[in-house]
Amino acid sequence: MVTAGVQHLRERRIWEELARISDPEIPAISLVDLGVIGSVAVDDERARIEILPTFVGCPAIEVMRNEVRERIGALGLADTVEVEITFQPPWTSERISPTGRERLRQSGFAPPHIGPTIPDEASGLDELAVLPIAECPYCGSRNTTLENPFGPTLCRAIYHCADCRQPFEQMKRV
Amino acid sequence: MTDLDAATRDALAELLLAVADDEFVIGFWDSEWTGIAPMLEEDVATSSIAQDEIGHARALYELLAEVTDDDADRIAYGREPDAYRHAALLNHRRGDWAFSVARRYLYETADAVRLATLARSSHEPLAQLAGKMRREETYHLLHAEAWLRRLADGPPDVRDRLADALRQLWTDAQQLFAPLGGEELLVTAGILPQPMAAMHAAWTARVRPAVEPIAGQLPDASPAADGRMARSDDFRWLHGEFTMVAAGDEATARW
Repeated sequence: MVTAGVQHLRERRIWEELARISDPEIPAISLVDLGVIGSVAVDDERARIEILPTFVGCPAIEVMRNEVRERIGALGLADTVEVEITFQPPWTSERISPTGRERLRQSGFAPPHIGPTIPDEASGLDELAVLPIAECPYCGSRNTTLENPFGPTLCRAIYHCADCRQPFEQMKRV
Repeated sequence: MTDLDAATRDALAELLLAVADDEFVIGFWDSEWTGIAPMLEEDVATSSIAQDEIGHARALYELLAEVTDDDADRIAYGREPDAYRHAALLNHRRGDWAFSVARRYLYETADAVRLATLARSSHEPLAQLAGKMRREETYHLLHAEAWLRRLADGPPDVRDRLADALRQLWTDAQQLFAPLGGEELLVTAGILPQPMAAMHAAWTARVRPAVEPIAGQLPDASPAADGRMARSDDFRWLHGEFTMVAAGDEATARW
């Protein structure tokens, strides 16, 4: 039986380690800053970590799962490490931290749009607004156009900046 | 899943299988464009869309496997062609670009209605997954609408091909809303917040005004009870393709 204080320290240790694990497709950002860590729980027997995939069909999920299992296992805080993949709650691009958005920008990705979703009266659900303009991560211009909402991975779109004449990618809003 | 009685559980399984098979099969048809789409952007786009759809299918097969105590890979790859339950719309082979655009438009608009419904399901894992899929599908729908407009505003030959494809696919597209055997149980339990017929009406109201100016007046067509039952030679061919690796013998495989 561990005390609440010890448990808290162990959880904090796990969060610290997760913050050092990179996203497999965009290594500049950590899993914690990307917002894909849903929860962390630990007792003597087991550590349990929930991962929320950015996209349902993301092929990097298994890479993340294995990396987390290995790195958290190596901390020796619990006998077993369980990594669950879940859509509850669903990941949205609002989960990316301010640090994560800055890291994306520094590595040449425009961060996803932030803004209100549009409530749809018929369904009572929110509609996602997709904007044709993103801020260029190289020169900061908003004189940009959406070239293709589909890019080299599921979570990325391709834009072009008319000022610095660079193509760049945006991590999509979902 | 212990809180559902056996009949409702079977009905939920039927619903999940129908949606999963739709996503799975359209994903494989779309993947046929990888490398040969009419322009590079579309090569990337259709490949990305196909990857999304097959990813959605996998997540749905996993939900189904929990309900029926089965294995997601077995459900996806371990069935004979006659056991698939995708709608008749997805029985047709890829065709030309206009045909693919017509089918994708009809499919994405229907999928949007379906996901908006399922996102309110009382079956919480399904509601969460549908809500997540819906945000990704926003991009598919924008893509399909943009291409429908682009071809409709194109030269006569292009517009004719699009119109022909819309007419050819219209009846089969209705089958995305084919009634399910256990539908009443699902509606009563709130798992399916509105009947297929209501979703069909919402879809028709949206789609007819968009496609009739292109294709002319389309016949009155309704979803049929067997709208997810018939399998085509085109699908049998695709099934042979997508089960090839799973059905292969590892010991004798050559890569």
